Amino acid sequence: MIEVKNIKKSFGDRIVIDDISATMKPGQCNLIIGASGSGKTVLMKCMVGLFFPDSGEILYQDRDFVNMNNEDRKEIRKEIGMLFQGSALFDSQTVEQNVMFPLDMFTKDNYATKLKRVNEVLARVNLVDANKKFPSELSGGMKKRVALARAVVLNPKYLFCDEPNSGLDPLTSLVIDKLIQEITVEFNITTVINTHDMNSVMEIGNYIVYMHKGHKEWEGSNKEIIFSKNQRLNDFIFASEFLKDAKEMRMLEETGKIPNDRNMDDMMK
Amino acid sequence: MTLIRDIGRFLLMLKGMFSRPENGKMYWKEFMHQCSEIGIGALGIVAIISVFIGAVSTIQTAYQLVSPLIPPSTIAQIVRDTVILEFAPTLVCIVLAGVTGSRIASELGNMRVSEQIDALEIMGINTKAYLIMPKIAAALLMIPLLVVIAMVLGIWGGRLAGSMAGILSHDTYDKGLLEGFQAYNVIFALIKSYVFAFIIASIPTFYGYYVTGGALEIGRASTKAVVVSCILVLFADYVLSALLL
Repeated sequence: MIEVKNIKKSFGDRIVIDDISATMKPGQCNLIIGASGSGKTVLMKCMVGLFFPDSGEILYQDRDFVNMNNEDRKEIRKEIGMLFQGSALFDSQTVEQNVMFPLDMFTKDNYATKLKRVNEVLARVNLVDANKKFPSELSGGMKKRVALARAVVLNPKYLFCDEPNSGLDPLTSLVIDKLIQEITVEFNITTVINTHDMNSVMEIGNYIVYMHKGHKEWEGSNKEIIFSKNQRLNDFIFASEFLKDAKEMRMLEETGKIPNDRNMDDMMK
Repeated sequence: MTLIRDIGRFLLMLKGMFSRPENGKMYWKEFMHQCSEIGIGALGIVAIISVFIGAVSTIQTAYQLVSPLIPPSTIAQIVRDTVILEFAPTLVCIVLAGVTGSRIASELGNMRVSEQIDALEIMGINTKAYLIMPKIAAALLMIPLLVVIAMVLGIWGGRLAGSMAGILSHDTYDKGLLEGFQAYNVIFALIKSYVFAFIIASIPTFYGYYVTGGALEIGRASTKAVVVSCILVLFADYVLSALLL
């Protein structure tokens, strides 16, 4: 579990995050949503220690990440996996070397054991026969899957995903969402996803924090979000007529007025 | 103010390099990789430059020494000392500042912009130690070696050009090389090459590591790294010559 308590962060005179608190629970997908510039990326970077908040606490299982020494912080970082917006794969390394890198760095296993683990996670993200390819030879979706494999290869307790669907087509986005959700449940990981992809919000958002101009404007689940009366949230999420119609339909499904017979597996076939 | 801030950040960067490696084997691997990149990668250009510098020095020295009172073997002495004292360490390091410096700055800049450095940080790796230390250590090992190779090839180039142009025979050249040889000159050149190696590796790592923005900024950081490195190499050359000669 990750608890964020009264986090504030500013750059110069500009306050980017103003008194945000949230609790990210294990085994579920915790989403931070908001428009561009709302501060969600800064919040995530504070949570993983790439930025230091001006005040507030970030507790990883009651361990204060902000105020601990560097050595202890490094230990917590070993429990963190992160999927970056641009995948952040090492250009000069093959897929296999990329995924094996954390194992090389932090384990004393022999090559055969490491390779077995690499092949396991690559199979888990549905990426086979790509071991010897370089990142430049992969599609956007494949890069994300390699990055996801690298993020989970050390069995992290916490998984952070910064806009995992950016630059992907809707179908590939769905595949990535489903993978993240399955891995989260399977390994009981506390997953934090930073997104403005509405499909992700509706499909995998167990807990959602909506940010607006550095403030937490709303929090709840994907079941609750469609019934929200928060005008800013509604303006953000249901920006198009199509999404408004989709909202109406989902509300009818949720209230049982029409059957919900959608199946993500069928959709992805 | 910017200069003071940059110097402060530079010193903090150097301080940040010193920590216990997460995995000594991986650091060693990275060090060897950098040795190959810096040493083997620049060997070709260093060899070409050195041979031609020696050759041109011989021809131009012979052109200026017109007095019949000066024996031809003096040409070899002048070429030897010029190559050892100045051309091999300084000129080669200026070229290396361009070749190696721009590569280091753009490699780190690209890693920063594409969030690869952030990815390493989040894994719990000290990126200053893992990315910067091996580059500086490799430069400190390989650049003096390249300078020694440049000395040998420069002198050999002069010998070759001397005989090819009919200026002086191999025997006369060899005789001149041994006349009045001071081992201290080689030591001085090696001291210079260590100082230059540190400049050539550390300045580009600083500009590359702290780059912000996109592809345009990587190019700018790379150019700035080369310019600053060259100026500092020349400045250090002057200071060391004034202090040690």
